[in-house]
Amino acid sequence: MRTLTQIEQCLAALLAHGPRAADAAALLALAEEVIEHWVRARGEDPTGERREGFRLLALHRQGARDEPSFNACRESCRELVYHYNLLVLQPDDAAADVWAGMMARLANHLCLFVAGKLQERGLGEFCCASRPLRTTADSAGADFSR
Amino acid sequence: MADAKTDKYRRVAYYPGCALEGTGHAYNRSTRQLGKALGLDLVEVPNWNCCGAMEAKNIDPKVQTYLSARILAITAQRMNMDVVMAPCNGCYHNLKKAEYDLGNDTDSAAVVERLARKAGDPSYRAGQVETIHALEWIKGAIGEQELRRRVRGGLKGLKVANYYGCMYTRPRHIFPEKDRGPGSESTAKPHFMDDLLAAAGAQNVEFPLKTACCGGAHTLSDSDISTRLVLNILQAAEAAGAEVIATECPTCHSGLEMHQVRAEKKFGKSTRVKIIYFTQLLGLALGLSPRQVGMAENVSDSAELLAAKGVT
Repeated sequence: MRTLTQIEQCLAALLAHGPRAADAAALLALAEEVIEHWVRARGEDPTGERREGFRLLALHRQGARDEPSFNACRESCRELVYHYNLLVLQPDDAAADVWAGMMARLANHLCLFVAGKLQERGLGEFCCASRPLRTTADSAGADFSR
Repeated sequence: MADAKTDKYRRVAYYPGCALEGTGHAYNRSTRQLGKALGLDLVEVPNWNCCGAMEAKNIDPKVQTYLSARILAITAQRMNMDVVMAPCNGCYHNLKKAEYDLGNDTDSAAVVERLARKAGDPSYRAGQVETIHALEWIKGAIGEQELRRRVRGGLKGLKVANYYGCMYTRPRHIFPEKDRGPGSESTAKPHFMDDLLAAAGAQNVEFPLKTACCGGAHTLSDSDISTRLVLNILQAAEAAGAEVIATECPTCHSGLEMHQVRAEKKFGKSTRVKIIYFTQLLGLALGLSPRQVGMAENVSDSAELLAAKGVT
């Protein structure tokens, strides 16, 4: 598995030369690898299952289990899938290069977001949706509300 | 239903929150001016406090619930009003979260009640006040049709990428009014800002990163991550053909502006897309002057673009 830095370099290279419709599968695979890093960091084996036909969506679901803040990249994953579909179904469309560019930007965002979360996992608690609204941890720490 | 909202949102309690008194001052100014231009009443919540933002929440979430509930309590008990409008995504989110907690968690309700008694504040019961965002306020009180009628000059096809940030729609369960079908806001693909700006004459571009993280939480601990996240958003907006990114959150707005500058200094990556609050854009479309909507307070200087497009 490539490191996140290597994935980021791949994406940077793709963005530099202008991604095309033919890069769709490679971009989807890079996005899957990004989420695999997150899942492995949580001590789990990345799922091989698919959700709505896509492993990326199954991986995201796995990564978001008990970690609501991970839903902050849910739409990025879904948009990646949407753009992949556009590119696969209409590779010759006049807008295909734009779609491919957007797909690369989405994969890049996913990579940066996950890399940031891996470096600063505790920071998840700063995010709005970062923790379950009620967790056991709420009562385990200092209680300033007494 | 639309008529009921039109009346209900015509006069609302206004909770600007801390950011709108500081870095988001232009948002405060343009929101007030926009309300005035549209004949809507904003009554500021007296003696308001911080919503608890991120800081209190990390120490004790129930303290944050209390701080936000205090705003709701003042609105209900002291102002006798049943709608409070918060333009800041963070405040809006926290008030909604407090409402959810108080309705679904007896511990939270007990703590809020105890703290309110101790502080001599009015108490609050879930369901007394509806919290809305500035987007919902304009959409509900005015709507696209009426807005289209009132536009003077308009946005002249200005190409806009609408950026909502993460807190306007997440987590879904604290926004029970969203995803209710036609007419309601979508958490997956929000569109209220798109709808309003299109009615004001903007040309919205397809922008798939409209709810992506701007790295706001990393700004102090790892600025480079924030800068790279923002740079990606800016570059995606430009690739989508946008001339402007419209914002509806002071934290996102200042993050995009500051990191646009930092991206150039630190990484040598410059982007030209301008960052403007949606309230500023609507104000300009209605014929308000750049000064009235606080354009000079933005870091991102859009004067040349707006003049070239004939918007100002």
